[in-house]
Amino acid sequence: MAIVFQKPHALTDAVLHYCPGCPHGIIHRLVAEAIDNLGIEGEAIGVAPVGCAVMAYDYFNCDMIEAAHGRAPATATGIKRCRPDNIVFTYQGDGDLASIGMAETVHAAARNENITVIFVNNAIYGMTGGQMAPTSLPGQVTQTSPYGRDVNHCGWPIKVCEMLSTLEGPEYVARVAVNNVKNVKAAGKAIQKAFQNQIDKKGFSIVEVVSACPTNWGMTPQKALEWVESDMIPYYPLGVYKDRSAAKEAEAK
Amino acid sequence: MAERVLMKGNEAIAEAAIRAGCRHYFGYPITPQTEVAAYMAKRLPKIEGGVFLQAESEIASINMVYGAAAAGFRVMTSSSSPGISLKSEGLSYIAGSDVPAFVVNVQRGGPGLGGIQPSQSDYFQATKGGGHGDYRMIVLAPASVQEMASLTVKGFNLADKYLMTSMILADGTIGQMMEPITFEDARVETYDKPWALSGTKMRRGHNIVNSLYLKPDELERKNFERYERYKSVEENEVMYEEYMMEDAEVCVVAFGIASRVAKNAVAAARKEGVRAGLIRPITLWPFPKAPLRKAADQVKAFVSVELNMGQMIEDVRLAIECARPVSLCNRAGGMIPSPDQVLASIQAAAGCRDSRLPEGQMTSPAQKGVN
Amino acid sequence: MKTTQILIAGFGGQGILFAGKFLAYKGLLEDLQVSWLPSYGPEMRGGTANCSVILSDDPVGSPIITNPDVLIAMNLPSLQKYVNAVVPGGQIYVDSTLISEKVERTDVQVCCIPATQMANDAGAPTLANMVMMGHVLKNNPELTFDGTEATIAKLVPPARAQLVELNMKALQAGRDYQE
Repeated sequence: MAIVFQKPHALTDAVLHYCPGCPHGIIHRLVAEAIDNLGIEGEAIGVAPVGCAVMAYDYFNCDMIEAAHGRAPATATGIKRCRPDNIVFTYQGDGDLASIGMAETVHAAARNENITVIFVNNAIYGMTGGQMAPTSLPGQVTQTSPYGRDVNHCGWPIKVCEMLSTLEGPEYVARVAVNNVKNVKAAGKAIQKAFQNQIDKKGFSIVEVVSACPTNWGMTPQKALEWVESDMIPYYPLGVYKDRSAAKEAEAK
Repeated sequence: MAERVLMKGNEAIAEAAIRAGCRHYFGYPITPQTEVAAYMAKRLPKIEGGVFLQAESEIASINMVYGAAAAGFRVMTSSSSPGISLKSEGLSYIAGSDVPAFVVNVQRGGPGLGGIQPSQSDYFQATKGGGHGDYRMIVLAPASVQEMASLTVKGFNLADKYLMTSMILADGTIGQMMEPITFEDARVETYDKPWALSGTKMRRGHNIVNSLYLKPDELERKNFERYERYKSVEENEVMYEEYMMEDAEVCVVAFGIASRVAKNAVAAARKEGVRAGLIRPITLWPFPKAPLRKAADQVKAFVSVELNMGQMIEDVRLAIECARPVSLCNRAGGMIPSPDQVLASIQAAAGCRDSRLPEGQMTSPAQKGVN
Repeated sequence: MKTTQILIAGFGGQGILFAGKFLAYKGLLEDLQVSWLPSYGPEMRGGTANCSVILSDDPVGSPIITNPDVLIAMNLPSLQKYVNAVVPGGQIYVDSTLISEKVERTDVQVCCIPATQMANDAGAPTLANMVMMGHVLKNNPELTFDGTEATIAKLVPPARAQLVELNMKALQAGRDYQE
């Protein structure tokens, strides 16, 4: 009998702890598929964040390390600088990457550190129960912005891709989403490219994945995906924000 | 014999680290330890596999160390007091993940931004934690440039042996001063690191370096296991120096630069007819409890000489179970006690005189210490 | 046992630390025990700078000098700060180009050398420190003048080897100076 669907080898058999309807499972799978497709599981070293994906080390079959909150790019830097031939990636949420770990993110990008960063933006702190994130939308109701995010009081959301693409450093900066089949497929491609860039020693590649948090948004999974389309994506437009190699090629032509 | 070379304490650490097999340095600039980074920046890029990277912050640098240590490499960072506070989070993660690291603290006065002159006021931070959670670091206190080098090699070996952080707890004086040293062949011990992140090569199960244990019984077990290891450090790795203790009636306890001053004062006390001696802890953790306990049976009093408001004195009291009076002879904020001040404290402890010198006598020619 | 505690003090830019290094290396080459301790920090940027050098037959205890045997004062504030700390019977060297104040103490040997002027005359205006060192060597026979060139060669980066000669010139001028 032909196998038409199976779990990627780069994922373990552990049962994911994520909430029902959470897209982390999809994103894990996309990362694992990229690792499988590129045949790099034996070389891969993953860095788990603090946040919902804190236990990612149990889910990926490659060597894994659990970093301190926000420090994954620094920890990944330490590993990559020791083992330049291994494939090092981080998997981080919005609070981890864009709030407490913003300095590490920006400087790893500025150094064009040859690592792959998977950045899951679901506009909320999920693990701790739904607090306002650096990417929470204006007016978004969370546990710590119960009257809606007031930008006059706590500032504006941070658009990570837009910001990082102003730097000379990074090789590849792209934003994708996982709210429908078409976007999931595009996300998989971007993630694979981010790994391929590292194999090709091109440097820092970040893929921001606009995601959903039905539990903390207080929505059904389907409603949450609709909200991604109607509210998140307009604020966080999808696309490639920087692709140095592609730009160079275009210039050469 | 190897050639005697004149070197700053900070440079001696850097050179010794390279000789100990350290090829990766991550750090952030801060006075008075910058020579360590400067030396590494110059040397490491010229050595095969060598990487010097100036991090964006103290926090980033310790987490780079964490990553490199988890990858199975000998790695170090160095900083000074305020920087170590920032690194404390990372030190806790490194402890919780049981990976070996080597960290240098060339102390300056605190708290807060404090000053930049020498201090020993991070004793508590180094020996009692600093970061969160139950953990220990091996804390080595060099008192000379030669020891800056030898304890660096030792520190790397111990870190690998016990899978924990070794910290050099120096101060601005030892870091900045030059003395002649010799680099004998570094006795580099190597340990297998099957736990290291190297990629599975599809030949083994995945290695996980982690400090998260959500099941309390599992976390408790991890803590107990770790403390078994710490116990073996306490049993096997205590280092100290005894000076003129054979017949001592007053025991001075001092480490690092304070011990250098104290040694002068002990000799001066002997000239004045007070039988003083010195116990110099070289490992601050594990603390040399046994020799102090033994000394308590012999001496009538202890004097703890420190460049802080009295931190090690607590460990002295604990070690001797308060069997004898322990007095403090201290300066703080970057000041260093003079041999005369220490001498006065020794004499007071021996029952000869009041411990406080009148103001202004500390540096007068008449109060000159021994040469 | 013979121990000499030497304190060199002046302002940043006068080569205070370099002079100290010179003495320390000289001691090292003569198989003495030595320590060299600089002041560090803001003083390095134009304020006062000082440097403690101890030369001894025995291992050096504290590298910190409270009462020097030898004080080399390269500016007035340094002289005023340390003049009374020098041990009775000690030596005080004063750069008399920059310091006109007389040393009142009678229990120490005082040497006034117009070092800055002499350095200028010798075409080495930045080497008043080494003029002073030349005179210090002359008065302290345990530090012979032999091997001075080798000491300087250790201190001067190979790329600036021409400075060795200039340093030697300054040292010799200091040595030959008659008060």
